[in-house]
Amino acid sequence: MCRLFCLTSEQPQSPMVAIRALDIMREGHDGSGVGLFLTDLGGPFEGLEGAPILSGIFTNEGLKRLDEFMIGIGFTTKYKLSIRVRKNPPPGTPKRDVYLIRAYDYPESWEGLGPAEIQYRLMMIRLRLRQMGEEKEDMIVYSFWPDVIMIKEIGDPMSVAEYLQLDREELQARVIMAQGRQNTNYAINLYACHPFFIQGVATMTNGENTAFVPIREFLMSRGFPGYTGYNSDSEVFTHILHFMLYRLGLGIEMYKHLITPLQDQELMRHPSGPFLKQLKQSCRRLIIDGPNCVIGCLPDKTVFMVHDRKKLRPGVVGGKPGFYVFASEMCGLDAAVPDRDKSKDFQPMHLDTAIVGPDRREVKRCSQMEPLPLLH
Amino acid sequence: MFADGTITPSTLSVKDLPWQVHWDRENCSFCGRCTAVCPVHAIELGVHRKRLLHAPLLGETGGNTSSSNVYQVYYGIRQRTDPAYACVGCAMCNLVCPNGSIIPYRSDEIDKLRFHINRGGQPRRRGGRRNDPAPGILDRIKFIRISMLTDPALDAGRHEFELRTLLGRVLPPEESLRLYREQGWFPPVREIYPLIIGAMSFGALSPTMWEGLQMGVAYLNEELGMPVRICTGEGGCPPRLLRSRFLKYVILQIASGYFGWDEIIHAIPEMKEDPCAIEIKYGQGAKPGDGGLLMWYKVNKLIAAIRGVPPGVSLPSPPTHQTKYSIEEAVAKMIQSMYMAWGFRVPVYPKISGTSTALAVLNNLTRNPYAAGLAIDGEDGGTGAAYNVSLNHMGHPIASNIRDCYLNLVKVGKQNEIPLFAAGGVGKHGNLAANAAALIMLGASGVQIGKYIMQAAAGCIGSESDRCNICNIGLCPKGITSQDPRLYRRLDPEKVAERVVDVFLSFDTELRKIVAPLGRSTSLPIGMSDALGIDDYYAAERLQIKYVI
Repeated sequence: MCRLFCLTSEQPQSPMVAIRALDIMREGHDGSGVGLFLTDLGGPFEGLEGAPILSGIFTNEGLKRLDEFMIGIGFTTKYKLSIRVRKNPPPGTPKRDVYLIRAYDYPESWEGLGPAEIQYRLMMIRLRLRQMGEEKEDMIVYSFWPDVIMIKEIGDPMSVAEYLQLDREELQARVIMAQGRQNTNYAINLYACHPFFIQGVATMTNGENTAFVPIREFLMSRGFPGYTGYNSDSEVFTHILHFMLYRLGLGIEMYKHLITPLQDQELMRHPSGPFLKQLKQSCRRLIIDGPNCVIGCLPDKTVFMVHDRKKLRPGVVGGKPGFYVFASEMCGLDAAVPDRDKSKDFQPMHLDTAIVGPDRREVKRCSQMEPLPLLH
Repeated sequence: MFADGTITPSTLSVKDLPWQVHWDRENCSFCGRCTAVCPVHAIELGVHRKRLLHAPLLGETGGNTSSSNVYQVYYGIRQRTDPAYACVGCAMCNLVCPNGSIIPYRSDEIDKLRFHINRGGQPRRRGGRRNDPAPGILDRIKFIRISMLTDPALDAGRHEFELRTLLGRVLPPEESLRLYREQGWFPPVREIYPLIIGAMSFGALSPTMWEGLQMGVAYLNEELGMPVRICTGEGGCPPRLLRSRFLKYVILQIASGYFGWDEIIHAIPEMKEDPCAIEIKYGQGAKPGDGGLLMWYKVNKLIAAIRGVPPGVSLPSPPTHQTKYSIEEAVAKMIQSMYMAWGFRVPVYPKISGTSTALAVLNNLTRNPYAAGLAIDGEDGGTGAAYNVSLNHMGHPIASNIRDCYLNLVKVGKQNEIPLFAAGGVGKHGNLAANAAALIMLGASGVQIGKYIMQAAAGCIGSESDRCNICNIGLCPKGITSQDPRLYRRLDPEKVAERVVDVFLSFDTELRKIVAPLGRSTSLPIGMSDALGIDDYYAAERLQIKYVI
């Protein structure tokens, strides 16, 4: 079972905080991969004013092709973080040419485009790059989005972090999600490594998704090009969240209602019963059966945790105002915030969503039995 | 006949028949029950003449030292060989025999009778279903994705399960939310149990059987909270049921003969509840491309009254609805008209027989915003009466038909919008839950059963080895498909209802025992094809499931 760690902090933090916590929880991952998602960035990336940042791994050949492609569509490099690695990678980690974190200036022709159009085009560029990389196996692209950096690599998290020098000053973020992977069903593939990302939405999961195939079929048939990939059964959680936010215009408090709807007798008692029943029926193919703990981050930097309805992977939220942590194990939480008030730790149960907003003042608990906010 | 006597082409011996009745003279009590109960008069009182020889021993003394004859007469059973009276193997004789001294045995070779059951130029008609006892593809599908360690299996006895399905047009999420905000009209959707008792008409079934099924369904709903539904078939619905609250558990069927619909339409103003749904039958798996058939034997006064026809005449429905010439226009209109009849509160869906053209029908329905689903009845579907050739040779297997349709829906993104219901041979070999779960994971939203419920709830003895299968002539020895009170009184509706409940409860447990180890419980695993495997490479390719050996 994979190990999950996520922090949200007023002060920018180094990804090493998350890596150290993963190391404490190491019993649960097997070194088959580590994934990091950083957003609400600090350091030099803070002042980039919405410039999209490309994260990925390239061969020298792939980098050339990337540059040709990006120049061709009018993107110019604004800022880049060079990661120079030592000759010998740690055991299990392949030798790579370039780990790329590079911010771009938008092409002039994009001026005047609406935010939705820009977001769509950014996603399409990421997908195009991914496709190009798959053709020649010279590029792996994780994200291309403002204020987002993603790093994924095979190997033990701590060794990989040291190898990639993730403790450097330029890498700072207020929201950090990290997953230490326990490879299960699928061959080790970096695209199967969490967290998954689409248009500002990121999630990571532990456990397996038994309803994967029908959900994947449903998402892939929505006619949205971003719903693709699915090297991992957990990627659908990200896309369900994206579908809910962008296509249905619903808030995070509805996520549980989509993936684990209330049962009929509960719906009859619920003040919004008829609406929820309707939603349950029309989103029936998005229902999961677990076992899963999902931790995610929304475009507005809200962080949340939910579980499936009955198999309940472990997950705990704790911290103090200004610094909260979501972890799959208590020891991970202890490692990151030893001085918190432990009586306020919260382990979301089958109806709960634990939410920490961008203000990071408290853990908001939201139960599926509560009345819903009015539709807008 | 005598050795030098006359024979006709259709003169058969007992050996030529599919069933040979073995009778034990020693144990027979001569009570006559067997000959009285035989539905087809295949056995009759036999007066047998027997010659006893007396040959004196060597050295025997006395008056009678020469050989002599004695002729004796004894009574017993004689099996008739006239094709019209050939034994059907129902074994009711064995059931009623106090000493167990009579039983029919299946012939050890293919019978010769089959070449002669067309006298008068009338091909064989019968009830039952395709006579093919070999295990079907559904029986060979295995559930291979067992949750182990990385993903704990569920407890079929302890966890909460929501094994329900939807019948009705489900709108895509965006559209559904928009209409909710705007308080627009939604197509009606019923949340029902995924195992439906399929269309068997009042007329095809006896009154006691129908009553038993209805009582069982009502009990399952009202006492056990299982939303089980039953379809009427084409034959109308008894007036009291139409005006009762139990109508909501009933799917009313309209077919090309429109039998019973005068009564139904007139009852609409007095209905306390809406029916569950309306099924428009365009085809049936047992006799695809052929109309319904209720033979005159079964059209008594009651049936005639409910159907609005004169008694004692055969009631064939045409192969097609006579007013329909195109699916785009006329069928759409029929669906809409039925919606209109109940104020757009009742889902209306068509049922077709399994066919290679099912995709064309489905594609059309996806464009019809009112179509509430599509039921497909495969080649192994049962019937009360059909031509033998239709039963045995016409139609499309259900597994690939339902799979193609589902994958087509996936392609157009409407897999959650038009539910597919599969029928035809579900549980043919007794594996009801496994067959149903396989079909659901291939893409069906639910399954319909007919023959299975007759076998399990009423003791139908018909088989795919051509046993009994005389539903068409109203002589059902168990009283299930007869309209003769002397026969249908054999069937106690209360006991049928009990068995219906038994069947559904045990099915429910078995279904949980299948889905729980797959790790599923929160919703019916429709289209969960990654759980399926089969030991036939080509079948696996065709169904897009795993090939396992």
